[in-house]
Amino acid sequence: MSTRHDAHVLIIGGGATGGGLAHDLALRGLRVTLVERGEVTSGTSGRHHGLLHSGARYAVGDREAGVECIRESTILKRIAPGTFECNDGLFVAVCEEDLEYLDPLVDACTEAGIPVQRLSAAQALRLEPNLNPELKAAVRVPDATVDPMRLILRFLATARHNGADIRPYMEVTGLVRHNGRVTGAALRDHVTGKTGEFNADLVVNAAGPWSGQVAAMGGATVPMTPSPGVLLAVRGRFCNMVINRMHKSADGDIVVPQRGLSIVGTSSWVVEDPDELPVPEDHVERMYTEGSKLIPALRHAPRRAAWSAARPLVGSGGAATGRELSRTFQTFDHAARDGLEGFVTITGGKSTTLRGMAEVCADLVCRKLGIDAPCRTREHVLLPHTAYYSEAAAA
Amino acid sequence: MSEETRSFRVYRYKRGNGGERFDEFEVPVGPHTTVLDALLWIKRHRDPSLALRHSCLHASCGTCGMLVDGREELACVCSVEDHGSEITVQPLANLSILTDLVVEMNGFFARFPHEHPIIRASEPPPDARGGEIHLEGDHEVTLDPLPGPLHYHPLHHDHRAAPPGADFMRLEDCIECGLCLSACPVAATSRGYVGPAALAAAERLLEEPRGVKREDVLAWAGRPEGVWRCHVGLECTRSCPADAIPAERIMALRRELIFDDGDPKERE
Repeated sequence: MSTRHDAHVLIIGGGATGGGLAHDLALRGLRVTLVERGEVTSGTSGRHHGLLHSGARYAVGDREAGVECIRESTILKRIAPGTFECNDGLFVAVCEEDLEYLDPLVDACTEAGIPVQRLSAAQALRLEPNLNPELKAAVRVPDATVDPMRLILRFLATARHNGADIRPYMEVTGLVRHNGRVTGAALRDHVTGKTGEFNADLVVNAAGPWSGQVAAMGGATVPMTPSPGVLLAVRGRFCNMVINRMHKSADGDIVVPQRGLSIVGTSSWVVEDPDELPVPEDHVERMYTEGSKLIPALRHAPRRAAWSAARPLVGSGGAATGRELSRTFQTFDHAARDGLEGFVTITGGKSTTLRGMAEVCADLVCRKLGIDAPCRTREHVLLPHTAYYSEAAAA
Repeated sequence: MSEETRSFRVYRYKRGNGGERFDEFEVPVGPHTTVLDALLWIKRHRDPSLALRHSCLHASCGTCGMLVDGREELACVCSVEDHGSEITVQPLANLSILTDLVVEMNGFFARFPHEHPIIRASEPPPDARGGEIHLEGDHEVTLDPLPGPLHYHPLHHDHRAAPPGADFMRLEDCIECGLCLSACPVAATSRGYVGPAALAAAERLLEEPRGVKREDVLAWAGRPEGVWRCHVGLECTRSCPADAIPAERIMALRRELIFDDGDPKERE
């Protein structure tokens, strides 16, 4: 049993960032309340393509993110078994030009500690017969498919089991400030329609692409660029491995098999408000065009859904497409940054790195609260996602 | 967005605020607008207090199940084009309502056989109790040896269709959306009935027992609240958005119960 601490932390946001943090802090023995304005994972975390990143996609241009991904994806496979299809991924060169990316990719992966294996076109086609027959070469990496919602439900279920109060349909409408300190939040309960205030020793803003808006409620700033991308789901499973295009990150460069669907992603642009995400039809068409360069049969696969998801990228204006911004994460202590005590923001990152993000943020939270409690999430196997609902029943 | 609009009648309920009611909203729609798009538009532009469940937006998470004009649908893949000028949206049936369109999914999961592991993925089962494990450092990941020639099964929606020796794994088809339970006419009138999803999960255990005793699964399925309650209305299979075919699995369980003599080899 871990030592119980009296300090009470309020986490704003029930996605990957908040879910990971709730688990980490609860395991360290802190009192935790997490509020989410809708259903958990209803923002960005539930709607990504379902790739558990090996890190290979980032290794060439964003090595820090690549290193984080291989470390964290390895840990997640061990603490959340059953939530992944561990079928590996391929980077495939479908034209001569793509081959220019082959050596840099293999070298960068090797430097980042990401296992890679060069495959001939024939080897790749034997693994995945639906690949473009024009294929020149392929590289195998330990990508995987993840069930995005269930992964986060497992973090939330385990947090609940360890005493955290997880409250969906509870919207933050303001932050309460006294003498240069955030002391809690004003809340609206969408189950009852009632409003009230909640006091906490520390408030953590884990609102993903909405974290700029939440920070502004306290008069603080976070350099946040919500960067949406369009994703396309088609009926049918055309590959078992994750298929990536062997060139630098671009539109329609990945196909992720997910149950009986294939997900093609994605485009990238930047917006001000992550609540207003259009799904431009020309982006959907581009997913078909680019995706079928990887797997020609996708061209005529029936559309199941097309949607947009906003990446929470850390960085400032000036970014045109979002692709130039790092996928790594950042914590902001608003005491140092805005002279506002009791308020911390953790943002950026990926679902793949949620555990590591939580560890860094929980270390900061504990330091600020004067609590000496080590992180234990690397060694703790998470409860099954169904425990989220049985715990709810018991509450 | 086009000038075309649809009228939505949306079920509303807030605990402690009187009874249930329907609110009406006029919503602009385009060629690809889904019922979920329309509800989120209402929440954004007309009534921020509207509560609903959603997550993946592509029929993979099973979160946005609801009744659209009385039929079970995942709102994220339910096109308004398939409906008339007035569209009525209600929460799923046979589950208790938390608020507005939000049902309590613990009523769905409570029906599963908790004494047995529930198969959720096509890989070795997790330790259902959770807890500490020993990890040997962060960078111990390696690629397995390249598999030999692989059996390829591109479109099988059913685990039994996977050829022997298939080396790839996939997540279970059932997305636990609760649509089958909502659509089941027996669940509507027979409170104790465990329902299609739980029975289908039990049948998966026969297929892949994972240490569970076959007779225990059959005893659970053969209880008065189990497979014999099914009237074969096939509403579960009709409503299933993931092609998990629960009715077929219920019939398979019945077959096993009728012909079971304890020796699987002699059942052929």
